[in-house]
Amino acid sequence: MEIVAKLQKQFMDFISALYREFLQLQNLQDESNPDFVREVVSLFFVDSENLINNLTAALQQQVVDFKQVDSHVHQFKGSSSSIGAQRVKNACVAFKTFCEGKNIEGCVQCLQQVKHEYFLVKNKLETLMMLEKQILAAGGRIPDLS
Amino acid sequence: MDFYSSSSSTISAQEEPHVLAVDDNLIDRKLVEKLLKKSSCKVTTAENGLRALEYLGLGANQENSTNNNGSKVNMIITDYCMPGMTGYELLKKIKESSILKDVPVVIMSSENIPTRIDQCMEEGAQMFMLKPLKHSDVKRLRCQLMQC
Repeated sequence: MEIVAKLQKQFMDFISALYREFLQLQNLQDESNPDFVREVVSLFFVDSENLINNLTAALQQQVVDFKQVDSHVHQFKGSSSSIGAQRVKNACVAFKTFCEGKNIEGCVQCLQQVKHEYFLVKNKLETLMMLEKQILAAGGRIPDLS
Repeated sequence: MDFYSSSSSTISAQEEPHVLAVDDNLIDRKLVEKLLKKSSCKVTTAENGLRALEYLGLGANQENSTNNNGSKVNMIITDYCMPGMTGYELLKKIKESSILKDVPVVIMSSENIPTRIDQCMEEGAQMFMLKPLKHSDVKRLRCQLMQC
């Protein structure tokens, strides 16, 4: 079907433009667990948004607990790296440096950067999920990325 | 009455190895679980060192318990950086246990720090792996475990 081929091409283009590591994630999906990617991505969204809220609150304290901030950033760095969100991970790396230096302004700026990168990748992941749904709905299969 | 010997860590080809995966990060736990299941392993996850020790029957108040989960676990894979008890500390506790000292322990970390790696290997870690883990990493690990 032409529409399926078109959507599949869009899917491939999008994925190659996205992140190489995300391919690893996609390759974990199979018939035994066809919703695996969706589950992990949804978890990532919930987890990340909690972390962002926690970081915002932590940086607004009268006396900032940098250990706590660092711990949240460490989590965020880990999960974004595992899911293939390189830019979010890189922003977290910079954030950690400012934590170690106990630099509040630096941290606040980094949080903005992390949020920015996160919402960008969230947008891309949501588009990907939607394309998947459309392909399946049109009777096609998700392209094999291996 | 025992119908099988459970102390050895070598496994016959038909059985599924039982792996205990320890990681404080939710996403990583989910991913490592999936990777292991895809390699035909049975998986139990724990979110920190204390929970892992409790599962294994090595917890603080378990000296006289009849918990024999430890004897059923064929491998433990743990993150290094965890709050409370690091993967290294968990490794040490496992190696100090007469029941569990021969269970292979694999350490994962997102950071490639040679001194950290040496420290873990010296303490008896089976392997040190860099995160994020790939399917090929886990396949390799399973092969080692099955001694194929």
